[in-house]
Amino acid sequence: MRYSLNFLVPLLILAVPVAGLAQSRTYSNVGRTPTEEEIRSLGIIVGPEGKELPPGRGTAKEGGELFAEQCAACHGKDGQGGLANKLVIGSPGNPHRGPFKDNEGHPIAYWAYATTVWDYINRAMPANKGGSLSPDEVYAVTAFLLYKNGIVQESDVMDAQSLPKVQMPNRNNFVPEVPVWPPNPKKPSWY
Amino acid sequence: MGSNRSGRRQFLKSAALAGLGAGAAGVASAQSGGTQAQPKDTHSHGEPSPLAAPAGRAVTKSITHTTYYTPVGESVGIITPASLHFMQAHSKLPDIDPAKYSLTIHGMVDRPLMLSLDDLKRLPSVSRIRFLECLGNSSPRRHVRDPKPGSTPVTVQYTHGIMSCSEWAGVPMSVLLKEVGVKKEASWLVAEGSDGSKYTYCIPLTKANDDVMVAYMQNGEPLRPENGFPARMFVPGFGANHSVKWLRRIMVVDRPYMTWDQSVHHSVPRADLDNKSRWYGFVWPPKSVITRPSAGQQLPGPGYYEITGLAWSGWGTVRKVEVSVDGGKTWKEAKIQDPVLPKAHTRFNFDWAWNGEETVIQSRCTDDQGEVQPTLAEMNRNWGRSEKDRLEPSNQTFHWNAIQPWKISRDGSIADALFA
Repeated sequence: MRYSLNFLVPLLILAVPVAGLAQSRTYSNVGRTPTEEEIRSLGIIVGPEGKELPPGRGTAKEGGELFAEQCAACHGKDGQGGLANKLVIGSPGNPHRGPFKDNEGHPIAYWAYATTVWDYINRAMPANKGGSLSPDEVYAVTAFLLYKNGIVQESDVMDAQSLPKVQMPNRNNFVPEVPVWPPNPKKPSWY
Repeated sequence: MGSNRSGRRQFLKSAALAGLGAGAAGVASAQSGGTQAQPKDTHSHGEPSPLAAPAGRAVTKSITHTTYYTPVGESVGIITPASLHFMQAHSKLPDIDPAKYSLTIHGMVDRPLMLSLDDLKRLPSVSRIRFLECLGNSSPRRHVRDPKPGSTPVTVQYTHGIMSCSEWAGVPMSVLLKEVGVKKEASWLVAEGSDGSKYTYCIPLTKANDDVMVAYMQNGEPLRPENGFPARMFVPGFGANHSVKWLRRIMVVDRPYMTWDQSVHHSVPRADLDNKSRWYGFVWPPKSVITRPSAGQQLPGPGYYEITGLAWSGWGTVRKVEVSVDGGKTWKEAKIQDPVLPKAHTRFNFDWAWNGEETVIQSRCTDDQGEVQPTLAEMNRNWGRSEKDRLEPSNQTFHWNAIQPWKISRDGSIADALFA
């Protein structure tokens, strides 16, 4: 009896907002509220603040081994490019600060946010096996590419706290600083 | 494409042979309930006449891009058949069972929502004729033939064929956003597809609530698999990459989410901006191209030709199209054909008698904002490009809307003259 009450109380508390949700819909009985688990199962989308980053960690050293196994065939031994994009410009300790040319691909030093590197590797790499790397592995490959581009040290640990704090060398070279729609004031569309 | 088409031909041939061999038996078995496999009734979902030899899509493939080009050189009118609509993919195409499809809307919303395809179809619908154009369409590198043997020649299909225009139908995004109750602090949404890269792109909610839809129909039929079946986001006027295919989720957020293609590859370093990169350019500026006569086609001799082409603007409607048949020295207004719709291809026509001499023909679009399509020289000036850059087509230039000149030689052959 006692533990059935313990079980019921949270259920009753939960039932109130759920009923409230159903009543606020305009179109009755079209679609349903997904469970937390269903939303989680879609995987994460990491924004520039990195608040969605999962637990885990990795260093450039660990990432180098993984890169050689899973990435080098398309991106070149040291990320210099091959069948797929060039990923490295500059060198450890010496990041390329631009200018970037529009015909030299988009090496990691060009990217505005380190979190975008993590998100893209996590969702899409290796090609056609997207989503196959563990969070630790994604942190490690990200650390390796940041190191090769001269942005972090070889021993730096990349995790949910450190990655969003990485200062990308090209961060302030995008126009407009804050993307906005509609443009205000309206400028010619080539602007 | 090639293998599909030859497969169909093979099928038609064997179906015809089976019919010749046992016509009466075929009828009998159909009446007896069809325990044997029946030849497909090609009239139930029509196919082109084998005698019409319709131009197909051309294709280029690299490890990062598979692209099928619409044969715009054959186009008349403004609608692209779904079967000829351009397609570009960066990863493996998904094969989605519509019965298992769902779209999840979550993030900064009061009431997360999960919809099946049937649910989407039950909601209020809207249909619009709108163009869709890849951000790289007609960019400088499409004016250079790929050196690989068998590669696509530089025709209007290759330079301008990653654009199409269709009637799209689906649920307005504003309906979906109202249904989930967007939180006050939210300002953008991220759309995610089901392809091999779980492709993401984000748009501001101001645009989403204006004229974006979740489309499940194209030209009166369900989306084709390569165009996002069972449902895609459709973002009128913006680069086609915004219109995420195989849409599986919409996450409502409070800032641009700096997704890979959008914040990295689709930005353009520009000399006029202190070598900073222009990003989030969104809209296709006014643009036009003569589709006939165009590169790769042949004029049989002097005489009458209709110059015809397409004009469009991501900002709104086409106000005026001018044509020059003397290398840009003089311009005359072309006839604009109904319908003239916002963010849609608009057909223009121009009567012309060719005297048999070498010349260059081109078109120029002015939209309802009064913005005029630039020449290559004007575009280079706007973007601060040097003469050297101008002559060196680059790999990564987007939102390229330069006037397209076609050079007609005395033998009636036609060539791309943009960088000539």
